Amino acid sequence: MKSSLLKRGLVIVMVSLPVFALNSVTHKSACAQQELLVSAAASLTNAFKDVGKQFEAANPGVKVVFNFASSGALMQQIDKGAPVDVFASADQKTMDQAGEKRLLLVETRKDFVSNGLVLVVPKGSKLVIKGVKDLLGAKIARIAMGNPETVPAGRYSQEVLTKAGLWEALKPKYILAETVRQTLDYVARGEVDAGFVFSTDAIVAKERVRVAAKAEGHQPIRYPVAAIRGTKKLEISQKFIDYLLGSEGQAILARHGFGKP
Amino acid sequence: MIVFQPLLLTLKVASLATLFSFLAGVALAWFIAHFRFPGKEWMDAILTLPLVLPPTVLGYYLIVLLGRRGWLGQFLLNNLGISLMFTWQGAVIASAVVSFPSFPLIFKSARASFESVDQNLEKAARTLGSSELAVFLRVSLPLAWRGMLAGAMLAFARAMGEFGATLMIAGNLPGKTQTLSLAVYSAVQAGNDALATTLVLITSIVCVLVLVSSGKVLKSSYTKEVDR
Repeated sequence: MKSSLLKRGLVIVMVSLPVFALNSVTHKSACAQQELLVSAAASLTNAFKDVGKQFEAANPGVKVVFNFASSGALMQQIDKGAPVDVFASADQKTMDQAGEKRLLLVETRKDFVSNGLVLVVPKGSKLVIKGVKDLLGAKIARIAMGNPETVPAGRYSQEVLTKAGLWEALKPKYILAETVRQTLDYVARGEVDAGFVFSTDAIVAKERVRVAAKAEGHQPIRYPVAAIRGTKKLEISQKFIDYLLGSEGQAILARHGFGKP
Repeated sequence: MIVFQPLLLTLKVASLATLFSFLAGVALAWFIAHFRFPGKEWMDAILTLPLVLPPTVLGYYLIVLLGRRGWLGQFLLNNLGISLMFTWQGAVIASAVVSFPSFPLIFKSARASFESVDQNLEKAARTLGSSELAVFLRVSLPLAWRGMLAGAMLAFARAMGEFGATLMIAGNLPGKTQTLSLAVYSAVQAGNDALATTLVLITSIVCVLVLVSSGKVLKSSYTKEVDR
């Protein structure tokens, strides 16, 4: 008797759960909050979360939702019709491609930060790496970098290694990651001997990775941002871009190690 | 060839993963079915867990266990010089873990149906003078075998489609650890729709072939059993 009562109770709870869930969803949308969907390069993760909070505080009724991934993957999503309002990429090339596909409101495009590329090793690593040439060493078996096809940091790394005449020679050692943050994670876990990440990424994991050398010989790294052609919230999108370029946004980005555009 | 390599790798990984999970799954299912010990239900639950847990959770467990700084990974690296991260062998382990629970489930249901239907067949065989071994080999095993094959099929299909845990353990290295499902992912991310379409069609065709041929095997072994 008791157990059947318990069962009946459980059934009632289980049936009513979705109803409650549905109820809260409809309730939220009734509150008429404006949601801004921002697709941003993985390297912006920590900085943009801060920016988002401050922007929301300064603009009541606006909720910023972030979608972080490699710039290349984000561009493909937008190309396939993802309802994105603002796109921030870690390189000019991806944004140029988005422009060619007529995905952008070109007049809103602005560079908002700069960054550097560094070679990092796991914190406890005893390997001596002073420059990219040292990667040829026999003790270095695995070098992580973003997949140059979709990850800007990987594209810059390829540029650096190609210029140094090492790209082909080091090929068997490459471990290609889906985002720059995955590269960082591989190094932090000690799964690879070295990896290429942005200098801002190295700061995020400074307790677990050590910057061995600056990687030089790549194009200047400047991040562009732009509103997407299909956006229905152009006003807020423009506000967000202006905020990034304004003194408050720039201060937050500088705190996370980003340079001026 | 850009399409051929991931296909071969996928078949290799899925076959080996199926073999390992078959052996481990059948052995453990038999053990759990035949022995009484404290915590039996808990062990059963833990062994079934990979079926319900998200592959990323399994991938994380495997990283913690098998990574260079993981408990088992450190031991393997220091004593045997083996590192499973970013290798196709790592992909086999990831797929085996994910497809492994298919076995106990199928084995259990095979055993259950076997117990409910087959007692009379077994008894009949005994009255006709068969030894216990003959009863097992000619009656019990052929009937359980069907369920096991179905389990193998399920496990193979699951191993072929493995994505999350494989990505975390073996990475997505073209020519080394890039299986079909990972190659599709990369092609879509890079906007290479033509390649993605080809890969998707190949995967679908292979899966249909596997299903049809295993269906035929099951059917023929079953009808043979009935004829006998």
